[in-house]
This record gives sequence, C-alpha cells and structure tokens, in this order.
Amino acid sequence: MAIAAGLRQTIARAKRNDVLFVALGVAALLFAACTFVALFIDMVGDGAARLNGDFFTQFASRRAERAGILAAWVGSFVVMLVTALFAVPLGVSAGIYLEEYAPRNRMTALIEININNLAGVPSIVYGLLALGLFVHTFGLGASVLTAGLTLALLILPVVIVATREAIRSVPGAIREAAYALGATRWQMVQHHVLPYSLPGILTGVIIGLSRAIGETAPIVTIGAVSFIAFLPPSPVSSSFPFLNFDWLASPFTAMPIQIFNWTSRPEEAFQANASAAALVLVAMTLLMNALAIWLRYRLRRNLNW
Amino acid sequence: MLRLSLLSSLLLGGLTACGSQPEPTAAPASTETATAAQVIQLDGSSTVYPISEAVAEEFQTQNQGKLKVTVGVSGTGGGFKKFCRGELDIASASRPIQKSEMEACAAAGIKYYELPIAYDALTVVVNPGNTFLSTATIEQLKQIWAPESQGSITRWNQIDPSWPDAEFKLYGAGSDSGTFDYFTEAVVGKAKASRGDYTASEDDNTLVQGVAQDVNALGYFGYAYYAENQDKLKAVAIATASGAPGVLPSDQSVIDGSYVPLARPLFIYVSEKSLARAEVKAFVDFYFANVADLAREVRYVPLPPEAYELVKKHLADGKMGTVFHGEPATAVTIEDLLSREASL
Repeated sequence: MAIAAGLRQTIARAKRNDVLFVALGVAALLFAACTFVALFIDMVGDGAARLNGDFFTQFASRRAERAGILAAWVGSFVVMLVTALFAVPLGVSAGIYLEEYAPRNRMTALIEININNLAGVPSIVYGLLALGLFVHTFGLGASVLTAGLTLALLILPVVIVATREAIRSVPGAIREAAYALGATRWQMVQHHVLPYSLPGILTGVIIGLSRAIGETAPIVTIGAVSFIAFLPPSPVSSSFPFLNFDWLASPFTAMPIQIFNWTSRPEEAFQANASAAALVLVAMTLLMNALAIWLRYRLRRNLNW
Repeated sequence: MLRLSLLSSLLLGGLTACGSQPEPTAAPASTETATAAQVIQLDGSSTVYPISEAVAEEFQTQNQGKLKVTVGVSGTGGGFKKFCRGELDIASASRPIQKSEMEACAAAGIKYYELPIAYDALTVVVNPGNTFLSTATIEQLKQIWAPESQGSITRWNQIDPSWPDAEFKLYGAGSDSGTFDYFTEAVVGKAKASRGDYTASEDDNTLVQGVAQDVNALGYFGYAYYAENQDKLKAVAIATASGAPGVLPSDQSVIDGSYVPLARPLFIYVSEKSLARAEVKAFVDFYFANVADLAREVRYVPLPPEAYELVKKHLADGKMGTVFHGEPATAVTIEDLLSREASL
C-alpha cells in the first residue's frame, strides 16, 4: 500500500515536471516569436507605405520621398553573386577533401579545429583582414570583388561544415558498393556521394549566404560607400569579348549600409525609408531560406536508397 | 584594350586572392586607374555627409550620370586617413586637418586645397519641460562637461543655486567624431577633454530621443538634428560671459558671428592631383555654385556670398594648404579664415 502510494507520488511529480518543462519551452518560444512579431509589425507599420515600384528603381536622395534602394539591392545582389562564386567551389571542395580524402592524422585534426573556430570569429575580424589583404596589399579597393571575397571568407567555414555533415550522412555501404564495381575514389564521389549530399550542401550554402547578406561590419570596414547613384557596369557588352569584368571593380553600397544611413538621418521621413528597406532585406533573407527548403525537398525526392 | 587588360588584371587579382599565384602587383594598379578615371571619390565627416550627398545627387542628375560620384561616411578622422593615402579625391571634415594628418599627407606627397563650404551651429539642447535653463554661459557648460566634474558635479543646483536640486543626465557626441573634438575644444578649452559619465553616441538620433524623454537631460549635437525635432527639444541660448546676452543658434547669429564659439565651419579638402582631372574640377566648381542653396535645404548655414567668391579665387590662384597649421581653433570668423596664410 505504502509502496503504491510512493510510486503514485513519484509518477505525479514526474508528470508535473513534464508539464512544467513544456510550459517553459512554450514560454521561451513565445517570447522569441512575440519579440520578432512585434518588431516586424512595427516595421511594416512604418515602412509599408514606402514600398512601391519607385522605391526599387530610384537611387538614394536627400529627399526622403524620392529616395530608393536601387543601388543598395543591386549592390547586395552582385556582392552575393561573387561571394557564392568563390565560397561554393572552395567550400565544397574543402569539405569533400576533408571527408573523403584526408588521412586521419594530426594535421587534419588541426585543420578541422581551425575551421570550427573560424565559424565563430566575429565578422569585423574578417573585415579587418580584408582591409589589409584585399584593399591595401592587393590594391583591389573598396570594390564589389573585395566585398564578395570578404564575405566568401566569412561563410567559408559554414559551407565546409555543412558539406561535411551532408557527406557524412551518405551511408558507407554506398561507397563500398561503388568500389566493389571498380569505381575510383573520384568516380565514387562524383557519381554517388556528391549527388546524394547535394540537398544538405545547398542548404548550408544558402544559410551561409543569408548570413552574409545581412552583414554590415565587414563591408563598412573595407570602405563601402554610403551614397552612390550609379550601378556597376553591365557584365555583358555588345562588342568583343562580350563579357566584361568591370563590374567587379565598381564601388558599391549594400542594403544594411543604406538602412543604417537612413536611421541616422535627422529627418523623420527617412525612418520610414529605413523600415521599408529593412522589410525588403527581411524578405530577401526569407526568400533565400525558402529557396533552401524547397531545393532540399525537391532534391531529396529524387533520392531512393 | 583597356577592358581586356582590366579583365586579365582582375582574373589575376582573383587568383592571387586564392593564394595560388602570389605574383602580380602591377595588375591591380591598372584596375585602380581604370575606376579612378571615371569615379570621383569623396569620403569623411558624417556631419558634412548630407551636404555632399545633396551636391553629388544634383551633379549626377545634371550630367545624366556621365560623371560619377561616390560619398562615404568614414568620419572626419577616417576620411583624412584615406585621403592622405591617396585613396580619395576629396575629404570632408567637420574640423580642420590636424598636425598628424598634415604630416601623413606631406609624407605621401599629397597637396590639398582647404575649402570652407558652410557652417554648422552646434546646438545645446534640453527637454522642453525644463523651465529654468534657457541661457547658459560657456563657463557653466564648462563646469558641466569638464573632466574634473565627473562624479563631483551631478546636480543642477551645483551649477547655479537657483536651479533645482535634481540630478542632470548628459548626452553628447562619441569620442571619434569631429563634433566631440570641436565641442570640447570650444567649451572645455582642450580638444577631447570631456567627462566620461554621459551617454555618448555617434548616432545623433539616439541623443535626440534621450533628451526628448528626460526632463533633466542636457545634450549637444549639430543644428540639423535640433531643427528637425524642435517640437521635442528646446535649444539653449549661449552667452560668452555671465551677464552677456544669450544667443540662440540661427542663420543670422551664425553669419554675423554672434553665435560663438559653437558655430563651426565645415570643410572639404580637395587633392591637388585630383583637381587636375577635368571631372573633379567640374564637380568642385559645381559644388561651390550650388552649395549655398543645398546646404540650406539640408539645414546647414551657408557662408556669405563674398566668402564663396573668395574660396573660388583661392582655387583659381592655387592657394593650397591649411590656414590652421594643425592647431585646433574655435570662434574663427570666415573672413579671418579666408585671409590667413596657409601651410601644407
């Protein structure tokens, strides 16, 4: 009798703790969600009125109602393009090498520790590195190329780690099956490991890019300008060789810089512009994340093993 | 041809960045000249930014985008650093160039024109609910802001016994800004000498909010931020000595020289080498043809017309260098400034 009562008590206590933990979890979640929703609603309230076609096709201006984000969104876009062009091949290759080729020794361990640490380095440090290396030593100036390379360095650890995680999730039996059929290591990677881990790699790449697009500190450090009323030259030209790379050397501004610039203006009207631009930036980030989820879903569907 | 060489230089530059080819240093240089030939680069003071932005905007509208200008906000000090490395055509400044910056420019062989463009009136503000403080003497402000006052002078009635027995809260510019340098020089008597126990921000809107929400607050920032927030703030009239009449910041009081010592000239520094380029010359000419109207539009006080004529004359005569010789100065009239001897 006494034992049963004691047991009942223990069970009741455990159940109470269970409910308590759920309540705590929900409260934490609600707190985070409510903060975000409140900020977001406030931002929509302030900025929604400014969101029209002109806002996207006008350059910045001293008159708030005439100012737009053309230079900023184009700048952010081309910088992301350069970032992806450098970070993806480098990061994915490094991930494949570390996971499939690298011998397990101290050197590899050292590299692994460093990559994991690099993922946690504050972004301003990358900005300072880029200022010394790309801007001054290589003389690339405060250009689209410099910004793209800087942000590529910043997200490289994220891409490498994501690639390795994705490759690790491919079952070992698949590799052995490929070897059994006489495949070389590269054939095995190329035909099996890479396609199967692609969803995970792409997710990592896009999460890295959506971090990079909101970064302000490193691009301010390398000297991105605040006012610019022209776009980088077109990458395609009508005369030989049809492609030109002038746009890489072009000065630029980016969304976070434009937003910061507007919030620090004395005129009240610029605050609405800042909110609207922040909305656009949130939308850009959400879009990129949505793309990651969709890609993962599409590519996973084709996997059947 | 240019395009091809640029292309190859960029590709090489990109390769170097990856670490696989550690060689070419000549290549990026051609990238620099290719962009520099088209784009006029201006950077520096955040106080001057609204004026430069307005001029750059109008300039490009008028040229239909054929001549390109970029405007950065690195701060006065940051701007001079880049300027003296030869990375800029024009540096904007809310204080004159300092000795160390002159030396850096001299070492790099950068000669420059120092051109005043407009006035800013540093404005001391309190909360509109503050009924007792409408005029402050420089002596009183010094008592409030001096480094020695930190921790000891914290209540209004310590400054003036007739003021209430309440603690004041201070809001002011961050220590990296030219505004901070100028205010401390003008009020405390020594640049960068200020108490540290106040709310410092490089973002003036933070200071506006702080003063607007606290009845015991006192702050200072550029006139434009006061002008846009007159419903939330009260400007304090400045008296040079006790018994002297208090003067409020306005176009009139700034131009006639009665708003001393908090009226300060703003400058652009134009590199001699850049000015030799036709597009930079066109931009500087455009700057001085339009700055009076545009400065007023963004809430700064234009110089008197004669002063702009003198500035143009200095440009035409090739009068280079700074008239401040690296020394901080306050309460300089524009006539005096333009008639002094300059040094590089």
